Amino acid sequence: MQNQTQQKNSIPLWRDERVLNILGQAAFAAALILLALIIYQNMKAGLAKQGITISLDFLKGLSGFDISEFSFPYDRNSSYWQAYLVGLVNTLNVSILGVLFSTILGIILGVARLSTNFIINRLAAFYLELVRNLSLLVFLVFWYLGVFLKMPRVKDALLWPGDIILTNRGVGIPWGLPTASFPTFRLILLAGLLLALIVFFSLRAHGKRTGRPPLSLLWSLLAFLLIGAAGWLILPEAPLTLDLPFVKGLNLSGGKILSPEFMALTSGLVLYTSAFIGEVVRAGIQSVSKGQVEASRALGLNAFQTLRLIVFPQALRVIIPPLTSQYLNLIKNSSLAIAVGYPDVFYVSNTIQNQTGRAVEMISMVMATYLLFSLITSALMNWYNQRIKLVER
Amino acid sequence: MRKTLSILSVLVLFSLLLAACGGAQPAAPGETVTVKETVVVTVIAPAAPAVVAPAGYGVTLETVKTRGNLICGVNAQVPGFGYVAADGSFSGFDVDYCRALAAAIFGDPSKVEFRPVTAAERFTALQSGEIDILSRNTTWSLVRDTELGTNFVHTTFYDGQGMMVPTDSGITDLAGLEGGTVCVQTGTTTELNLADVMAANGISYTPAVFEDADKTFAAYAEGRCDAVTTDKSGLVSRRTVLADPAAHVILDVTMSKEPLGPAVRHGDDQWFDIAQWTVFAMFSGEEFGITSANVDDIKSSATAPEVKRLLGVEGDLGLKLGLTNDWAYNILKLVGNYAEVYNRNLGPDTPTYIPRGYNSLYVDGGLLYAPPFR
Amino acid sequence: MANLNSVLPPLTERSGPLRWMRKNLFGSWLDSLLTVLGALLVYWAVKGFLTWALTVAEWEVISANLRLILIGQYPIEQAWRLWTWLAILFFLAGNSIGIWARGSKYAFVVLFTPALLILLPFGSASRIWLAALTLTGLIGWGLGRARPHALKRSVIAGWVILLPVIILLTRGWSETEGSAVPIVTTNLWGGLLLTFLLTVVAILFSFPLGVLLALGRRSKLPIIRWSSVAYIELVRGVPLITILFMAQLMLPLFLPEGVAIDRVVRAMVGMTLFSAAYLAENVRGGLQAIPRGQYEAAHALGLSGAQTMTLIVLPQALRLVIPILVGQFIAVFKDTSLVAIVGLFDLLGIAKTVLAQPAFLGLQREVYVFISLIYWVLSYGMSYLSQRLEERLGAGGR
Repeated sequence: MQNQTQQKNSIPLWRDERVLNILGQAAFAAALILLALIIYQNMKAGLAKQGITISLDFLKGLSGFDISEFSFPYDRNSSYWQAYLVGLVNTLNVSILGVLFSTILGIILGVARLSTNFIINRLAAFYLELVRNLSLLVFLVFWYLGVFLKMPRVKDALLWPGDIILTNRGVGIPWGLPTASFPTFRLILLAGLLLALIVFFSLRAHGKRTGRPPLSLLWSLLAFLLIGAAGWLILPEAPLTLDLPFVKGLNLSGGKILSPEFMALTSGLVLYTSAFIGEVVRAGIQSVSKGQVEASRALGLNAFQTLRLIVFPQALRVIIPPLTSQYLNLIKNSSLAIAVGYPDVFYVSNTIQNQTGRAVEMISMVMATYLLFSLITSALMNWYNQRIKLVER
Repeated sequence: MRKTLSILSVLVLFSLLLAACGGAQPAAPGETVTVKETVVVTVIAPAAPAVVAPAGYGVTLETVKTRGNLICGVNAQVPGFGYVAADGSFSGFDVDYCRALAAAIFGDPSKVEFRPVTAAERFTALQSGEIDILSRNTTWSLVRDTELGTNFVHTTFYDGQGMMVPTDSGITDLAGLEGGTVCVQTGTTTELNLADVMAANGISYTPAVFEDADKTFAAYAEGRCDAVTTDKSGLVSRRTVLADPAAHVILDVTMSKEPLGPAVRHGDDQWFDIAQWTVFAMFSGEEFGITSANVDDIKSSATAPEVKRLLGVEGDLGLKLGLTNDWAYNILKLVGNYAEVYNRNLGPDTPTYIPRGYNSLYVDGGLLYAPPFR
Repeated sequence: MANLNSVLPPLTERSGPLRWMRKNLFGSWLDSLLTVLGALLVYWAVKGFLTWALTVAEWEVISANLRLILIGQYPIEQAWRLWTWLAILFFLAGNSIGIWARGSKYAFVVLFTPALLILLPFGSASRIWLAALTLTGLIGWGLGRARPHALKRSVIAGWVILLPVIILLTRGWSETEGSAVPIVTTNLWGGLLLTFLLTVVAILFSFPLGVLLALGRRSKLPIIRWSSVAYIELVRGVPLITILFMAQLMLPLFLPEGVAIDRVVRAMVGMTLFSAAYLAENVRGGLQAIPRGQYEAAHALGLSGAQTMTLIVLPQALRLVIPILVGQFIAVFKDTSLVAIVGLFDLLGIAKTVLAQPAFLGLQREVYVFISLIYWVLSYGMSYLSQRLEERLGAGGR
């Protein structure tokens, strides 16, 4: 670049690279803006012909339709905006549970894939190949119509140990009902959480000082559980009573009833995503060279310590980036809820768009919502990635 | 120099994006440009010149005639009204109306291209000119007639929303559904009516909402819901194909009026007239006893002036619509009158039998009544 | 396994079924428990599936609708056009195998697949065509083997013009009635045919777009870099289904009055724009892996920036990411099923219409199992073959 600066005077303007760069970019930007303007004009003209203007005011209108599952009060007299929020919360529910369970199942699968047990190893390999080559949408539709709807009817409900009831009207699981002392208990739990954090950080600081990393996570968890248990026993009345599901007429009652749509979507996403996470975990563990394990054994660390202190921290660095994209995929794939009839944000917005004809507004809103989810997830995972990267020296 | 390359490449990229949004396929630089051109020519060409914007008297007929066929938006999932047979052809009541319209315009019922549209996209498809007419069991309502930019031609099928329950559930009226679950399809007036009626009667229930008819009825058949609701015609035709039709009963309640019929877009009155009088020609054909079997005899021997005008023997009614004078003759000869179309798709000999009820001629106590042909 | 030698056996592990089982199945009590549980699971799953598939399932729905599932409403008397381009495809595939992967037995399997498919309930005409496919494939293979160097260029040229040929043959070109190749409009394309065309078009067009976006993202020019980043991140941040909805519902509004795009083409545009963003990120990974020395060496040799990119950097980068790209292509193939939600008759969409036929209501399991099988076999086959070919050709490694 240096010699070019010196030659600048001898180069005519139209061949000067810097001028060309600026001009080129200006032209590109201008073209981009022009394109946006053309699209906007066309859209406005097209909508004006139908007497529609772009605005979000319609969200205040009465929705007029019912939604099967909602986490806060909602009925047909609620506004479109509230309907949208219902869908949003449902998407969050599925995403959070999906991420949690697919991580657990994915780790199990990844470890099983490396097991020395022939049957377990082959089973895991078969499962991974089976699921990874299916089309998720076809799988979900089959999973809902072919499995969850084919469960026994309520009158022949299948009872599983642990008071779980399986029917094609949904899955009933025991659930805690809050009592009068629940608010106090919540405060106690908060105190327990604080203590757990203190334990965690002081143990870690201690570990850094002495060079012997303690099981900080385990101890802080114990501290939390201890406070929780103590609170439960001290309070005059148990903060939660166990509510068991039971069959009432043609429906399920009591406990927590998970609809077949919710179950099919969440479990389908978990089964699908965990196969990909399993591969990520396997690759991560295999990326740690054998010498590391042998060296750590030679230093006298036992198998558990080797896994915890040597293999896992190194594998994690390889695992986190692809794991992040799997999480993002799961969140985005939850939009396939429309295929099984679960009212997530995309499905609800689709209904709203049907009733109001506001395609432009609704699709933009849904896109913005998913974009926000993706950005938040990426930000969290990147932050975590940065943290574990610090371990590297 | 790399910068210049980047500028160049991104400019190409930009033009590709522009091309993509402007209707063409994005293409590769260099060799694959040939690919691009071929695709544009082969794939876009049929659609691009064919569809001329909505609006304007006579534009649609002109477009359809130039194109050489009619594009009709239909349903592909309702047995009896519109579905795809195993040989790939479309069948059904709504589908036959499209054939009648094609017969009126071209004298050839096969000159129609069926475009299956989902409940969600049907009005957009009509507005954007992608289809010439929507014949997809669509309910006539004020909002759709105004805000959604459509004009409903005429009711071809009088329907009402009903509710079906398993016989052994013992439910006899809507109140019996208290606390129950109801299967319903989204994107329809049905979904709104259900909420309205249940709220008005103070019945609390849970909806289970699905995006297509197949899943809605599959879920009901498996016992996912206590009841399923849709137009009564749909309930009847779907009940006949359940595992044990006798084990399901349609409640004696009508939750709403559902006048179903074809729709065209705002702005072309001539097209609206053609579509509407096609319906009336089919009504009148039944009224005058003209069928596809006897239409030739009647045409040669008719004495009643209105029949003569209808069949184009006398007067120039067809020309007033912008068509040929034998337009109604073609409909009746090539597709049949209303009763023939009805019996072919929904008659007693079909698996989707629905009694005619309101869909009888006014002389038989029904609602079908055509204005005079003069 | 009696040891007849008086010499001490070598210190290797002896292999025998019992010893193998001991080592691999019953190493510890936990291992044994897992083995038993695993075996039970396998037994239960296999038995359950076979009982259903052989006794309960009603497979007539598949045999009666095989044509719809494979080609949708494409007119049967025009099916020879599809067979023709399939034959060209197989000829080229055989040719390529003969030239580049002579010894690979896996690639051979591909050529014999059509011959095996004869066992399915096809009509006699289709069976003849299927046999012809294998035959043309074998002829191509023989030719490629015999004269690899002479044919190399023409085979590459053949692949390049294959897509236009496929599209042209599928669609036809003659407007006049009664001609040999009348136009078959896109709304009649369906089933596996539509899935295949959607996939191929999306992959081929998203490739150059993705490479340009990857280059744009690495550009030093801020406006271009930020536009590329914005595009890539925006598309990767939203679900495919929203993009398809936008292509179906909003795109018509963006166009000037009087211009309309065919809805199959709209779905293709949506898939392409979506896939390009993911492809761009994969290619960027490859670009980042090219050491600086390569650029410097190219510069020292006097190559210009464009030459460096097209002759030195891109070939290496693309070669590096071939395995990832194959995975991406398989993902596109699986994702095409989403067009069923916007009402197209791809494999999944046609499955829905089959289920609406009065004769076959309620047979969801049979239809969806069959559709899943098609997706599975094709995507597993693609990934398996590509892995084998990568090993042979040494792609992906450096």
